[in-house]
Amino acid sequence: MKILTGNDLMTGLVTWWDGQGWSPYVDNAVDVGDEAEAILAREEAARRVNSGYAIEASLDENGKVRPAHIKDRVRALGPTVRPDLTLKPAEPEALNWVI
Amino acid sequence: MYRYDQYDQQMVDTRVAEFRDQTRRRLEGKITEDQFKPLRLQNGLYLQLHAYMLRVAVPYGTLNSTQMHALADIADKYDRGYGHFTTRQNIQYNWIKLEEAPDLLADLAKVEMHAIQTSGNCIRNISSDQYAGAAADELVDPRPYAELLRQWSSFHPEFLHLPRKFKFCVIASDNDRAAMRLHDIGIQVVQNDAGEIGCAFYVGGGMGRTPMIAPLIREFVPLDQLITYSEACLRVYNRYGRRDNKYKARIKILVHELGKDEYARQVEEEFAHLLEQGIEPPLAELERIKPFFADPAFKTGLPDKADRSDDQFARWVDSNCMPHKAPGYVAVTISLKPVGGIPGDASSAQMHAMADLAKDYSFDECRVTHAQNIVLPHVEIGRLNELYAKLAEADLATANIDQIGDIIACPGLDYCSLANARSIPVAQKISQRFEANGKGELLGTLKLKISGCINACGHHHAGHIGILGVDKKGTENYQLLLGGSEAEDTSLAKITGPGFDEAGIVDAVEKAADVYLAQREDGERFLDTYRRIGMDPFKEALYA
Repeated sequence: MKILTGNDLMTGLVTWWDGQGWSPYVDNAVDVGDEAEAILAREEAARRVNSGYAIEASLDENGKVRPAHIKDRVRALGPTVRPDLTLKPAEPEALNWVI
Repeated sequence: MYRYDQYDQQMVDTRVAEFRDQTRRRLEGKITEDQFKPLRLQNGLYLQLHAYMLRVAVPYGTLNSTQMHALADIADKYDRGYGHFTTRQNIQYNWIKLEEAPDLLADLAKVEMHAIQTSGNCIRNISSDQYAGAAADELVDPRPYAELLRQWSSFHPEFLHLPRKFKFCVIASDNDRAAMRLHDIGIQVVQNDAGEIGCAFYVGGGMGRTPMIAPLIREFVPLDQLITYSEACLRVYNRYGRRDNKYKARIKILVHELGKDEYARQVEEEFAHLLEQGIEPPLAELERIKPFFADPAFKTGLPDKADRSDDQFARWVDSNCMPHKAPGYVAVTISLKPVGGIPGDASSAQMHAMADLAKDYSFDECRVTHAQNIVLPHVEIGRLNELYAKLAEADLATANIDQIGDIIACPGLDYCSLANARSIPVAQKISQRFEANGKGELLGTLKLKISGCINACGHHHAGHIGILGVDKKGTENYQLLLGGSEAEDTSLAKITGPGFDEAGIVDAVEKAADVYLAQREDGERFLDTYRRIGMDPFKEALYA
């Protein structure tokens, strides 16, 4: 599947296209098929996302979205060396998902 | 240390106002990201993996306590309570909001700081010896010359759009503690046979994907021609440096392709031309700058020994204190490398603590080192025990300077958009391994440096042991390198062979360390043993 990601213009925080807007959670990302360029052009023009791009992803055995590349998995969770600053600070085992 | 005059302050304040307007226009959609990106980068604001990152310049690594307190306040007010000290003697914040960046820069300007020339193809922040003005072995304090170069290079209209970024380093000791010959221009302040002070110029060094050691281009440039000769070096580069391929655009490629003699000849030609133009600032300007770096009021008759009855304290003194030019003083390096910690990171509380200690114990001054530590340059030996106790209270008393736990590591894939692999977790695991096996202190001086990509911000080429993280079919892989040095015996490390996974690289480092422990002779560092026995014994241990 192909999903969209970028950074929020004002905060710079990582964001994912959920079909209607931008979510901080990769689990909400949706397959955009052939619509990536059109969505990104529209959303960047409206300043709802910054430096957006499309990536390959898959659904894992639990039906959760998993970006194909480790760089995007690090983006999705947060720095692996600061669990307290990730999106799941109470779940240190979530770091295993990145690797 | 140097204090801004009205021109310095006006330049910085004007830039803050300009960036505030640029940011407003970006947020209002009046300029696009393509238009805004070069503007924010000229103010040190990058977009990294998780958020905007701001890199703040620390000229030649020197800070006073007011500035260190301000950096701590910024960490709390605009970031998430910490900062990362870098291999360029700067500090980075990882979680900056664009809408708040102009206010942050305004706060920096209030303490005579900025983020200008920490990005882009310009002359970057100038680095120097962290012990400048304190070291017993230096000829003079190199910082007045670094400051003169800073003033010359700030907003220099001819050099704001160079083929690539450009890094100066200025030292004044035969003992190189600043990786001088791995800079685009490395300057060593020297004395000629007539007893005159001048500068030796080394041009065309660097790390990155094509590491090179800068050759000596000119043995002696008189002080009253320092800026003119620097301008000539830059002009030849600006004219002939490649702009068609960013990977071949650094001056090291030009010097290498022309040959150092031909490059030097062209510089001499340009130098002669520029001398006629009379561009050199009057020596009076250098004389105006020098008093800012005058020695503090060192006391006399101080004790030259501390109470070493506490073993932990004695270990720390042996590891973290450097001889000082003034009797009764030492320069103290505060390690930002606790076992299992993140190299170079400091919490806001730790920054406040270091600022207070700089004020109370070191004439209000501290330094950022290229090895990502902090130095208190002028500490009375008789007060080391109480300083150590206060450092321990702030978790800043790790005794490991230049040992295997004192690892240089770039932010790597945990933060950096350029990285291919994570650096920090590898550093953490290695420091934990050598703490657990008790070999860390046994190994003595062993400089280990880790980069998460080929851009080499972690100086892996210059590590006695270097580690380079690469992307191997979507997974992290780590190459091991041996034999590098950033010191006066500069050398480039060589790759041992096939890479390792994250667990494997930690084992590999221990195997290499064991080869050294088994084969070293009296007084040899790891690097000395490697140079004597060569790569083969290490390969045999690593790949058997």
